[in-house]
Amino acid sequence: MKNLLVASAVLCLPAHVSASTPGTVDANTFNPAVSVIFDGRWSDYDDEFELPGFQVGGEAELPEQDWSWGHNELNVSATLFNQFYTSASYVFTKHEGETEKDLEEIYLETLTLGNGLTLRMGEFFSHIGYHNALHQHAWEFIEAPLVYSGLFGNHIDHEGVQLRWLAPTDSYLEFGFEAGHGSGFPGGSDHDDQAYSSYIKWGDDWSVESSWQLGLSWYDTSFSEREGGGHAHGGGGPAAVFTTQNTDSTVWGIDAVYKWAPMGNSKNQQLILQAEYFERDEDGHVNLSEDANFFNAAYEGKQKGYYLQGIYKFKPRWKTGLRYDWISADNRFSDLIESGVDFDEFSEDTEFNNDNPIKRWSSMISYSKPELWRVRLQYNHIDVAGNVDDQLFLQFTLMLGAHGAHRY
Amino acid sequence: MKSLFTFLLFLALSTQAQGKVNIFACEPEWASLAEEIAGGYARVYSATTAAQDPHHIEARPSLIAKVRRADLVFCSGAELEQGWLPLLLRSAGNNKVMPGQPGYLEAALQVQRLDIPGTTLLTVGDVHSQGNPHVHLDPNRLLKVADVLVQRLSLIDPEHATGFQENQQEFSRKLNLQLTEIQPTLQTLKGKKVVVYHDNWLYLWDWLGINQIATIEASPGLPPSGGDLKKLIQRLQNQPVDMIVISTYQNERAAKWLADKLNKPLIKLPYTVGGDAHATDLASLYQQTLKLLSL
Repeated sequence: MKNLLVASAVLCLPAHVSASTPGTVDANTFNPAVSVIFDGRWSDYDDEFELPGFQVGGEAELPEQDWSWGHNELNVSATLFNQFYTSASYVFTKHEGETEKDLEEIYLETLTLGNGLTLRMGEFFSHIGYHNALHQHAWEFIEAPLVYSGLFGNHIDHEGVQLRWLAPTDSYLEFGFEAGHGSGFPGGSDHDDQAYSSYIKWGDDWSVESSWQLGLSWYDTSFSEREGGGHAHGGGGPAAVFTTQNTDSTVWGIDAVYKWAPMGNSKNQQLILQAEYFERDEDGHVNLSEDANFFNAAYEGKQKGYYLQGIYKFKPRWKTGLRYDWISADNRFSDLIESGVDFDEFSEDTEFNNDNPIKRWSSMISYSKPELWRVRLQYNHIDVAGNVDDQLFLQFTLMLGAHGAHRY
Repeated sequence: MKSLFTFLLFLALSTQAQGKVNIFACEPEWASLAEEIAGGYARVYSATTAAQDPHHIEARPSLIAKVRRADLVFCSGAELEQGWLPLLLRSAGNNKVMPGQPGYLEAALQVQRLDIPGTTLLTVGDVHSQGNPHVHLDPNRLLKVADVLVQRLSLIDPEHATGFQENQQEFSRKLNLQLTEIQPTLQTLKGKKVVVYHDNWLYLWDWLGINQIATIEASPGLPPSGGDLKKLIQRLQNQPVDMIVISTYQNERAAKWLADKLNKPLIKLPYTVGGDAHATDLASLYQQTLKLLSL
């Protein structure tokens, strides 16, 4: 890892520093650009967030019942001497009465390597998939697609480097490679673990009104231990700790986006259709410990899922959307060691041996004053392995300050 | 792995030596000027059409691919494209067209700008701290931009420097001739009072000596609300207005409503090259604009 960082520091020394540049200009007057996002929610639902068949981790959870503070963000970005771009996002959330802070992204990237090359260093959301790199305020629904919650804990991030190369072709063709220590879900908790990802994105226009992008992604990590959060069963008993151990985890996926805007004015009206499919293969061990008792087994898991989503901005300030989510797991266990905890108890406590698919329909309508505030009403109908629940969310988001443009 | 790198390297090198200069123009008016100056020596691409609002463009993959291959990015600048151009530049990995390089040219920064605000703190909408960026509708300013364009093109492609100069001389000779011909029309327009939808005509009025007394948008870039329109009509009732002016890409509804209320003509100007069937290049854009205003 260290070698990689040194190599990248050498690589990003500017190749061309022009001594006399005619009419030198600096485009960004808001430098640094600072923006603040407040996120207030009201939620109503019956069942807690559970994904049987998945070890839930990362940030995957439902907003708290009734009124709550959501994902409040502070973003600072700047261009440094036209050589580097840097961005940092700090998130403040309130969780069970406690304020939690998280440095979501902080990275530096080169602007002058040329030849289509860009090198990024720091902590950042991986560019795999389509939804993964989006910040939460840019999500079209209050929560991430189920396949992102189940497989990635909402999103995969890297603490490391990213090298991307844009081919000099007529249509957009980008290759990206990322490496970091995989100390975030779905990786393990050890800093020495490694995680790698790579992707290809290909996109173009059909006309000035309609454009598309296709992506192919791959992610790979190995870890000694990953702890799952979320489940709290049979209150009063000894605390159970569910971990995945010595596991190889590989993800691959495809994503497709299509956008249409009359006359190419997406500010007034726009239709966005998107779909993503991911599949994760894991090979390792599972362990459930309750004090001195434990259950251990070799584990082979295949978890997969997809979502289909359509968003229609029918007036400049109005958006409506529909999304369908589907995820399912196929986990197999062998070489059981039942030391005080048997397989049935493991299955019941962790729900990890559950192959029933989880399905969800979501619909939303939002009204916004662009770049200032947004009110969103969302209704979900979720079927968790036969348990049906209806969920209702009302979200108010306030966006203040100079806000950078969003990626395609 | 090795063969993949060889292939990619080949791909990278093979497309670089291809003679012609690639010009990425953000708006049709600059694409048109680039055609006048570099025509024959360059491939010119316009990122937007006359029907699009240049403030709000989606950073589409195709645009990034075009910036990747550009030798010159030629835009209005002064923050007009703030919502999308920086993202294109950051994504394209093309150091030749980064700000500060000869391959990056902001037209508005080459001329004297109007309406530079004192502060942009706590403002709403598309406020440009470097002044109004819509400079192309004043032919005198446009000719100054043409001068700088020739210098830049000569740096990028020195082999054709004389060609660029000859093209520019021919272009300005024709444009000046045309301006002399329309001199009488200019006199009749002087002092007229107009209401516009968005503040993108300032330099046209500056050239013609027309007074702009109001904008229909209460905050630049944001559609007016019912309340905004009510306030506007109250303000305008005691003032003489000669006409309401909008461009082809702007929302006609509010402007039409206002024109009906005030009983004044609503004039739809092409605003840029391709804005209507007659404005096919810069010379005809000026001609058509004056014709519509004098009706």
